[in-house]
Amino acid sequence: MKNENLYKYILGIADNSLILGQRMGELCGHGPSLETDIACTNISLDLFGQVRSFYQYAAKIAGDGKTEDDIAMLRKEREYVNVLLVEQPNTNFAYSIGRQFLFDVYHLLFLKELEKSKDLTLSAIATKSIKEVSYHQRFSSDWIKRLGDGTNESHQKIQSAIDDLWTYTDELFHQTGADKAMVKEGIGVNVTTLKDKYYHLVKNVLVESTLKTPESKYFQKGGKQGIHTEHLGYLLAELQYMQRAYPNMEW
Amino acid sequence: MTTTEKHIDPKLVAILEQVSDPEIPVLSIMDMGVVRSAVIENDVVKVQITPTYSGCPAMDVIGDDIKKALKEAGYNSEVELILAPAWTTDWITLRGRKALEDYGIAAPLDSEADKSVLLEGKRLVKCPQCGSTNTKLVSQFGSTACKAQFKCDDCQEPFDYFKCLK
Repeated sequence: MKNENLYKYILGIADNSLILGQRMGELCGHGPSLETDIACTNISLDLFGQVRSFYQYAAKIAGDGKTEDDIAMLRKEREYVNVLLVEQPNTNFAYSIGRQFLFDVYHLLFLKELEKSKDLTLSAIATKSIKEVSYHQRFSSDWIKRLGDGTNESHQKIQSAIDDLWTYTDELFHQTGADKAMVKEGIGVNVTTLKDKYYHLVKNVLVESTLKTPESKYFQKGGKQGIHTEHLGYLLAELQYMQRAYPNMEW
Repeated sequence: MTTTEKHIDPKLVAILEQVSDPEIPVLSIMDMGVVRSAVIENDVVKVQITPTYSGCPAMDVIGDDIKKALKEAGYNSEVELILAPAWTTDWITLRGRKALEDYGIAAPLDSEADKSVLLEGKRLVKCPQCGSTNTKLVSQFGSTACKAQFKCDDCQEPFDYFKCLK
């Protein structure tokens, strides 16, 4: 494929949003209150919208007749290159919010850089997404504060969620081969430069929420290479069910 | 209000004004500001629309409705979705804002006021039912991606507020 690096680069961005969107969507009808339920699924919808723009672009670049739906629905587990963070399950509401928050802070920093990309399509999708992701970050940050500075139980639950999810944060800043090639061409974002700012912003919210910033230096990685935690397979089984059971079905 | 440069053939305006947002039927897509251009080339109308929010499920329906309305007026058409420049609530026309209010949806404030309402809990949004600004935010996310949920503390009615997007 011509432009293979660009294709891979786009999947690297879009897979994160697809998998996180699916996780948030799982809360549909199960949110702790009606308003929160609606908020979570709204976030999911925004992410899927962004994903569609990315996959449409990727399909165009691939030029092999595959559509956005094929890319979203018909790849195997090892072909998804999302970070491990976004596939972590909705263990309880604190995990859902913790995961969202730890991703949102990265996502917004990332999109603000992607907006400067020489690739006009990526830049346009980024501009559009920034507006939406700003709302996501407000929502998840508010909840971190509310849970952290809430009751003893909510404090303990969000602290333990943050402690557990922390191990997946470092991977956000790992560069793949496609990343490096795209940075060189002025298309991609050099994620290594976002790291300090990310931890600084996250820490500010945690401090305000009376939460401890985890000190663990042990981090998990692999998602960007297609090596996932056991959770992704189950997620994909649900995500892909209709297309696997009824190939090429349409609404 | 900035609308940036739009090229809409005057002959097509009346036809496109008949098409409305399926989730806010009182608001025409022209007043919504989602039609970015509409020109006739070799007997085919080429329309460019831009989504309000990336995930807005109304866009597919709007595209189909545009084609249908143009077909009825005797035109074949192509509808293209464009992302840049990104849509902003500033593109909603004055008539559109009035239509929203009449429909029971509070129109977007300017971005500074919007922030102080959504982030600091200030009471600035006018209740579309009774006009009071004694209103409070219930949730930043509402029945569709573009709206937030509010409640009026005077008339006690819940209502939607169209979030500012800039």
